[in-house]
Amino acid sequence: MSTQTSTQTELPNGLAAAALLAGGIGSLALGVITPLAEAVVPIKDALKFYAPAGPLSGKTTVAVIIWLIAWAILGYLWKDKDVDFAKVSLWALILLGLGLLGTFPPFFDLFASG
Amino acid sequence: MEISSKELWTVIHGMGFGALFLLAFAGGLAGLYSLRPEWVTVEGVKERLIRLKAGLWAMAAIAWGTVLTGTYIVYPWYRAKPPEGTTDLMNFPRYLLLASESTAEWHKFGMEWKEHVGWIAPIAATVVAYVISVYGTQLTGDSKIRRALLWFFIIAFVTAGVAGMFGAFINKIAPVR
Repeated sequence: MSTQTSTQTELPNGLAAAALLAGGIGSLALGVITPLAEAVVPIKDALKFYAPAGPLSGKTTVAVIIWLIAWAILGYLWKDKDVDFAKVSLWALILLGLGLLGTFPPFFDLFASG
Repeated sequence: MEISSKELWTVIHGMGFGALFLLAFAGGLAGLYSLRPEWVTVEGVKERLIRLKAGLWAMAAIAWGTVLTGTYIVYPWYRAKPPEGTTDLMNFPRYLLLASESTAEWHKFGMEWKEHVGWIAPIAATVVAYVISVYGTQLTGDSKIRRALLWFFIIAFVTAGVAGMFGAFINKIAPVR
């Protein structure tokens, strides 16, 4: 059995940072669209992509699309880079937290129009 | 012993996908947490990663299955509007809950929270599965990425837990039949 020293090069942290930040952005998107739909009736109506499920279908579809686009862009920009991971992951968690806040009924009900 | 197709889909959504995700969490958390060079040998990490990658992708798929069946199959039955003049609201759970002050909050708070927050779980779970797959053994030496993944994974669990808990309560009070 040979004893080989691993020469495997380490991946830069950019792809991980991109995935995490995009996750935060997707969560934030849901947390912004939800109160927005409560506040603006035409937006709520426009989000009824699948009528039987109501505006929930549009809110979640738009959030998922924003998440995937953010992931694709950030992944492309950072794939070969080492970024300040502590800072990016902190922002990802803050955005995730804001997404949780935006989807909390006592919060988004504050924006309800009538 | 009978079960309607609506009840069956509710079981698939909640007891199938939803409960499976929550049950798998402990295994995923233990796997993620123990990806440390001081705890596991190189061979041990490799062996563990195969299971972890498969498990986390399965959890992400299950989380997507939960929200998709919930939003597009079960939820339309829940929110279906009763025809004009209907007095028996048993088959219209949303309206049944809203008809009484003592149950209205189950919809206004419980269902409204559940239907939105549940969607954060598959996003967070997919991110975790992806990063584990791409970085593999490298993660044993990178505590920053590991720690961030643990937080995402815990948030996926908490959001799925909130959705699952309210789903179970609401289906007890005003079941989809």
